[in-house]
Amino acid sequence: MNVEAIKAIYINEMRRTRKTLMQSIASPVISTVLYFVVFGSAIGSRIQSVEGVEYGSFIVPGLIMLSLLTQSISNASFGIFFPKFTGTVYEVMSAPISFFEVLVGYVGAAATKSLIIGTIILITASLFVELRIAHPFWMVAFLLMTCIAFSLFGFIIGLWADNFEKLQLIPLLVITPLVFLGGSFYSVSMLPEFWQKVTLLNPVLYLISGFRWSFFEVSDVSVTVSLIMITGFLIACLIVVWAMFKTGYKLKQ
Amino acid sequence: MSNENTPIVSVRGLTKTYDGGHQALKGIDLDIREGEILALLGPNGAGKTTLISTVCGLVTPSSGTVTVGGHDIIKDYRVTRKLIGLVPQELTLGAFDLVGDTVRFSRGLFGLPPNEDRIDEILTDLSLIDKKDDPVNRLSGGMKRRVLIAKALSHEPRVLFLDEPTAGVDVELRKDMWKLVEKLRQDGVTIILTTHYIEEAEEIADRVGVISDGRLLVIDEKANLMASLGRKQLMVDLRAPVEVLPDSLSKFNLERSDDGLRLTYTFDTQGERTGITALLQALNAAGIGLKDLNTSQSSLEDIFVNLVHRDHER
Repeated sequence: MNVEAIKAIYINEMRRTRKTLMQSIASPVISTVLYFVVFGSAIGSRIQSVEGVEYGSFIVPGLIMLSLLTQSISNASFGIFFPKFTGTVYEVMSAPISFFEVLVGYVGAAATKSLIIGTIILITASLFVELRIAHPFWMVAFLLMTCIAFSLFGFIIGLWADNFEKLQLIPLLVITPLVFLGGSFYSVSMLPEFWQKVTLLNPVLYLISGFRWSFFEVSDVSVTVSLIMITGFLIACLIVVWAMFKTGYKLKQ
Repeated sequence: MSNENTPIVSVRGLTKTYDGGHQALKGIDLDIREGEILALLGPNGAGKTTLISTVCGLVTPSSGTVTVGGHDIIKDYRVTRKLIGLVPQELTLGAFDLVGDTVRFSRGLFGLPPNEDRIDEILTDLSLIDKKDDPVNRLSGGMKRRVLIAKALSHEPRVLFLDEPTAGVDVELRKDMWKLVEKLRQDGVTIILTTHYIEEAEEIADRVGVISDGRLLVIDEKANLMASLGRKQLMVDLRAPVEVLPDSLSKFNLERSDDGLRLTYTFDTQGERTGITALLQALNAAGIGLKDLNTSQSSLEDIFVNLVHRDHER
């Protein structure tokens, strides 16, 4: 195990975050605050509580997930895309380092960033609304698994993308709609019956639902199903990434 | 590994066909001796970079084997890659990284614990120490090249690959670079460089290999190569112009200059008899008066052009 190499990649990636602090951390915080002002205070004050939870509080888990998902994907995808783009990836490819170690370095750093962002949003949110966390252990577990799974997913996108457009494509066209329609801002029970069924096809719903349960013990689907879904997604990402490296996908000829 | 008979890098039957069908390497056999400076010459697209990239692990070989320090580059990649440093052809550097950071990163990537003194030493050797906290994108092209070399040396490799190290580099840096190469050689580092500049190979290399169209046409001591493939020419300046060469001189295949005042005789330095004595006697017998004699030896460049040319005619 080349621990020094993992450390080197991890530190290098975290250094990049420090240099782009505004972009990496400040922007999700600012956008979250805006969501709170608009949805929590302005609109939320006119909405009755949802399933016994005040609307302002109700949206907190969804908002955290929204940032977590988009940030994990963009951090991890950019982390591996940029060296590919500039050509510096040659160094990683010629280093005495295994696929697994590369993955731990890049995905670990991306997931750490997301985790920091998630925590900051949680703290920011607690300044606006009253929060109680019913199951702290499960909250952390959902947070961690989501960060890792979606950083892996971002890593896949970063490997796959060969231009900036592709890099933005999936986050923009797939992830953002899924997150918005996955119950970030509403309970699925508020939808007409037909759309409730359609929503069940949205994998993000299970994440948000499970995460929300860890706060308020209310959920759209059972927690067990949520856990199975996120674990399944994590494993699927691992398999894809493993296959990509095994074949030297777009990195090695 | 210090055994002189064991090559530090050994390439056997190496071929590479890219996905597009292009066959970049067509069976390369090559042994690189520990501590030598080997220059690989070849026209663009000859396969030099593919060969280097394969040894470094950037390209998967289609067939054949490569060992570094006696270890297989695929099975024991962790061992072999630690022994190798690579300076790529293109100036590939993360734009916003600081010089010190990027060199530190390389060292870690190759599995060595941080050692700030060692990094300072390398940066000093490359006259980069006062740029340590500068972002890479603010450096000139020559300076960037130095950073790439510093990165490649950061993990103290035993074999250093320099892919076109002097492409687009000014004279001063080139001189510095050769000084560095000389110093590395004294430390026992094996150096393999590809170049277009034949004078460089001539000046710095111990051995020269010529690659063309995916094949290693020749590899030999620079001196041997020049001796065995080099041709010498004898220029004979005459007192009076000759219009027509007498038949007695036809076997020498002399070239007559336009003004008829100079005859050029080409001979093989390896031949048992150069034929010079016979030629001079024949000239004398033909009554041609000599004014001056000159000989010249073909340069590595002539040899190279000849070899590649011959290969293309096959």
